[in-house]
Amino acid sequence: MHMADALLSPAVGTTMWVASAVTLACCSKRLRKDPRDSLVPLMGVLGAFVFAAQMINFTIPGTGSSGHIGGGILLSILLDGPAAFVVIASVLTVQALFFADGGLLALGANIFNLGVLPCFIAYPLIYRPLVKAGGATPSRSRLMFATVFATVIGLQLGALGVVFETHLSGISSLPLDTFLLLMQPIHLAIGLVEGAATAALVAFILQARPDLIDGIPAVTARSSVGFPTRIVALFAVLSLATGGVFSGFASAHPDGLEWSIEQVTGKPEVESETTPVHQWLAQLQERIAPMPDYAFPAQESGKPAEANWPAIDAGTSTAGVLGGLGTLVFVSALAWLLRRRRAPSGTA
Amino acid sequence: MSRIETLLGEIHALDASAGQSTWLSRRDPRALVLATLAFILTVVSFHRYTVAALLPLALFPVVLAHLGNIPLRRIGSKLKIALPFALMIGMFNPLSDPLPRVEVLGHAISGGWLSLASILVRTILTVAAALILIACLGMPRLCAALDRLGMPRILTNQLLFMHRYLLLLASEMQSMNLARELRSNKPMGLRIYASLLGQLLLRVLERAQRIHQAMLSRGFTGLMPVIGRPLAWQRQDTVFLAICLVTFVWMRSADLSALLGHALMKVLA
Repeated sequence: MHMADALLSPAVGTTMWVASAVTLACCSKRLRKDPRDSLVPLMGVLGAFVFAAQMINFTIPGTGSSGHIGGGILLSILLDGPAAFVVIASVLTVQALFFADGGLLALGANIFNLGVLPCFIAYPLIYRPLVKAGGATPSRSRLMFATVFATVIGLQLGALGVVFETHLSGISSLPLDTFLLLMQPIHLAIGLVEGAATAALVAFILQARPDLIDGIPAVTARSSVGFPTRIVALFAVLSLATGGVFSGFASAHPDGLEWSIEQVTGKPEVESETTPVHQWLAQLQERIAPMPDYAFPAQESGKPAEANWPAIDAGTSTAGVLGGLGTLVFVSALAWLLRRRRAPSGTA
Repeated sequence: MSRIETLLGEIHALDASAGQSTWLSRRDPRALVLATLAFILTVVSFHRYTVAALLPLALFPVVLAHLGNIPLRRIGSKLKIALPFALMIGMFNPLSDPLPRVEVLGHAISGGWLSLASILVRTILTVAAALILIACLGMPRLCAALDRLGMPRILTNQLLFMHRYLLLLASEMQSMNLARELRSNKPMGLRIYASLLGQLLLRVLERAQRIHQAMLSRGFTGLMPVIGRPLAWQRQDTVFLAICLVTFVWMRSADLSALLGHALMKVLA
């Protein structure tokens, strides 16, 4: 479920980074005014708890597979949305740094998929209304149902996020519909398992320390929390703006807009002129653009999407392979030499 | 319980590695953070069919691993986690993108295989860069750098707290699970799982209360003290960052592999 750097384009990666960073800044501002006095150590310890809890699995009877709790909804129930979001962000950061589970550029996307979506969509829009409808003292089964349902929806949204981020990046050429059919059912199953585990834990907490669930503003009236419309609107606008700027750089290739133009008009561009000046400018732009041509995944119809990927040229390709091998040999030799140089002193 | 043991071992190893005094760890941590981010952006900015031109960038992790005294084989163990996901998505490329793009010694290679190879190279490079960052700086110095670079303090504090309590909690969970395993040879069902985690959570919450009281009594004001040397940007840091950036731009704009290949072909001819 964690995105990897290798599958993201810089445009998508940075856009998701901006979205997550803006959410983080808003949460940080909110939490500074939070009345709960032991919030800082509580958040730290709960982050470590979720991390450790995901290292241990229970067995799903009859299937031979196993599952563990999902973090977002559990943390939201115990802490409420903004604090849970910060905890999730830190868990994902540590996973990326220490365990290579999701990369550093992909961190923004991961925080969005696994943090923003469960904490600011699934929790306030699914869990809270369901629990609130149960009155002042919601029943145990209602709480558990709300937990499972919110976890499933949160994970479905997250999987959807992964699909769209990967698709828009264009590194993977998997068609969108196939990818969706692969991801959504798998994550429905995972969501049900994670939801069941989370609900079982919530039931335990309800028995042992009901104040954690009731007393914390999650269920009791604190209407001021609500849906963070302003946050969502803000980062939607910012994401669009950044995306626009970056895809402007990317140029030379159908981006989302150009692609839809192509779909509508049947032509790649809106009648571009082909004077020498234009060609020269286009070449210049290609040379200086920091991130040229983020190819859209080839369409099923076999449209020649890779307009400026050079046509087959055996000479150039062979040179590329030869040079690549040469580089590999050079770098390996250097690594070996450096290791030998370090060996006498490095053992200490 | 191999996963918890792996977790504990990994954190210990990275902490030990970050404790070394090397040329790289004496640099201002901000320089390494910025260089790593620039590196990752450079790697992912290549066209999706690029393979050969990405390879020269491997110089960055190799040289930094040497400067920071970090064994390269550690990167291999990280890849075991990162590669499966990338492969899972990437393995469909050869199927869905069969148009030939290049021809090597008479064999046409399809775009799908090129992009799969590119995904693998990208994974190795980005994973290596992230590993070197954390293995060289360690959590406290990394957080100090992020704090100075403008990351909200609530997140840097959160990261520091989590990093400290992860070891504590993981070992507690390991002993609880060992106790369970000694009393039962059945696989763990959902009910036992929930009560195991629940008990751990209750212990943890009490511990959080005690921690907070201890912190307040020592005058905690919401600011974690920086451990080790205070951050100080020196000329060497500027030089280091500048060399990194110039190299990345150069490798991005000129295909060094192709240049080397043409030179080799001339020599061979």
